[in-house]
Amino acid sequence: MTTAAPLTADALIAACRTAVGDHVIGAHAQRGDATVLVQRDGLVQLASKLRDDPALSFEMLVDVTAADYGDYPPGLRGACSPVDANRADGLSSDGLPQFEAVYHLVSLRHGHRLRVKVPIAADDLWVPTLCGVYGAANWGERETWDMYGVRFEGHPDLRRILLYDEFEGHPLRKDYPLRGYQPLTALPTLAEYTDHETHR
Amino acid sequence: MGANAAFGQAGAATAAMMAGALRDGDRMIINMGPSHPATHGTVKFVLTLDGETVEDIDIHIGYLHRGFEKMSEQGTWQQVLPYTDRLNYVSPLCNNVGYVMAVEKLMGVQITPRCSYIRMLVCEISRVTDHLTALAAGALELGGFTPFLYGVEARETLYPIVEELCGARLTTSYTRIGGLRDDLPEGYPEHVLAALDKVLSLLDKMDRLLTKNRIFYDRMIGTGQLSQQDAIAHGVTGTMLRSTGVDWDLRKHQPYLHYQELDFDVILGHQGDNYDRYLCRFEEIHQCNKMIRQILRQMPGGPVNVADWHVVLPPKAAVYNSIEGMIAHFKLTIDGHQVPPGEAYQAVEGGNGEVGFYVVSQGNGRPYKVHVRAPCFYAMGVLKQLVVGGMLADIVPTFDTLNMIGGEVDR
Repeated sequence: MTTAAPLTADALIAACRTAVGDHVIGAHAQRGDATVLVQRDGLVQLASKLRDDPALSFEMLVDVTAADYGDYPPGLRGACSPVDANRADGLSSDGLPQFEAVYHLVSLRHGHRLRVKVPIAADDLWVPTLCGVYGAANWGERETWDMYGVRFEGHPDLRRILLYDEFEGHPLRKDYPLRGYQPLTALPTLAEYTDHETHR
Repeated sequence: MGANAAFGQAGAATAAMMAGALRDGDRMIINMGPSHPATHGTVKFVLTLDGETVEDIDIHIGYLHRGFEKMSEQGTWQQVLPYTDRLNYVSPLCNNVGYVMAVEKLMGVQITPRCSYIRMLVCEISRVTDHLTALAAGALELGGFTPFLYGVEARETLYPIVEELCGARLTTSYTRIGGLRDDLPEGYPEHVLAALDKVLSLLDKMDRLLTKNRIFYDRMIGTGQLSQQDAIAHGVTGTMLRSTGVDWDLRKHQPYLHYQELDFDVILGHQGDNYDRYLCRFEEIHQCNKMIRQILRQMPGGPVNVADWHVVLPPKAAVYNSIEGMIAHFKLTIDGHQVPPGEAYQAVEGGNGEVGFYVVSQGNGRPYKVHVRAPCFYAMGVLKQLVVGGMLADIVPTFDTLNMIGGEVDR
């Protein structure tokens, strides 16, 4: 489907900065992977622009996940998430909040890829949903909610997907123990299940 | 089914649950799965039916969740590899290759040309076993037991080839960061070619039994139709995306390893229904055959592992006879690969589509995060669009051509 030459990582990053201006707080192109760090207020606007601008044309959201940097070695965060130098608000890589929502996008028309990351604080753990822009966000965000407890505001059906409703905690967080027990629950009857469904 | 009692009271509801159905006005709500003979793999559909028409479907996955990503954070980088066998267990070698390529990208390791060609070879053999499984199981679940046996016999022709390479049929763990477990065994190309010939003759038998079979055709044509827009919006990749006519194959459009040196066609469908997906998989096996023969012809000589003891274990002679070799062996085994801090995403074309690995390193021998982008996961996400409005019985062929692999969806 590729018809045009892919944009370089630097050009993609520049396009993101043009699209949502101050909302982009950092970027890198390590190992050829174009990556932008975006504040959550600019996420939906950026995603719409990335999808609809013919020069960018990111038609497909390939993947949604999150990362918990709670155990990451101090001082190294900049290797993954470099924040622009000399920002007016004094934000630096080491001052970034604990979590990041991570999105991978691909353009089938141009053949380029982009990673978008949204830093979010543990005590305010939400980002706006991308369900309105990409259908793939529905299941991707449900999995991220299940595994990390990141709430996707505006998601039409934010239920657990791999684990069951009674599961306690979010297992891919770094503070979730490797060993332990979860409550044993009876399988819901179909009647209970459908009652429950009416609340979704 | 068929219970006409006035459901709604608690006792009656339990009775309905035992019968597997619940009545809500004219609609009937039933469970299909999690253990159902026509859903190979453990998945539950909660169906709302109007007669035999599917009004709504809620898909419950996760029955095979074993915490792949959590486990991956506990060991060294190389110790993740056996877990990747268990993702898509009908084409485990594709996962092996995808994972080590992600780590190599993060480390900046350049593999040798021979290693690259062998990796392509094993990926294509795996793609054939993957497609054969999808075709054979699909025929079986529509009542065609004979084509199933041909398909499985073809797959069983290839598994010994995989076994010859790495000692296991499914749990291959064949790749290593910076190389492979071992070079090809003696006489391997001839064994592959002989197996391929047998696979093709069995495939031809399947073709004659299925492709123009009236019953099979009527069940497949026009059912489970997926539009290009839906496929792209929902992140559908691989054969399923190509069956809608979207020309997108990572081997062609974002070539990795040495795929740019192979001559092959990207197989496209035009209406994205079950029959198109069936035909695309069928034809892709023929393309794999073409590619495997080219790979064997063009296979360069030379080493399969990079000559760096920080990346690949030293040969045993060096481990037992030199202090440097022994230290390198222990450092790599105990401390693991020293991967610089950072992140990388590497995608490869797996049996069902884009298998992606997103890896984050904290600068030492243990992965900080390993995330798998599973093609089946997003394909299952679009299943609702394919079956709502259709007939209950059409869920079976649709689910088959989608080829859900529980190990990969549930991780």
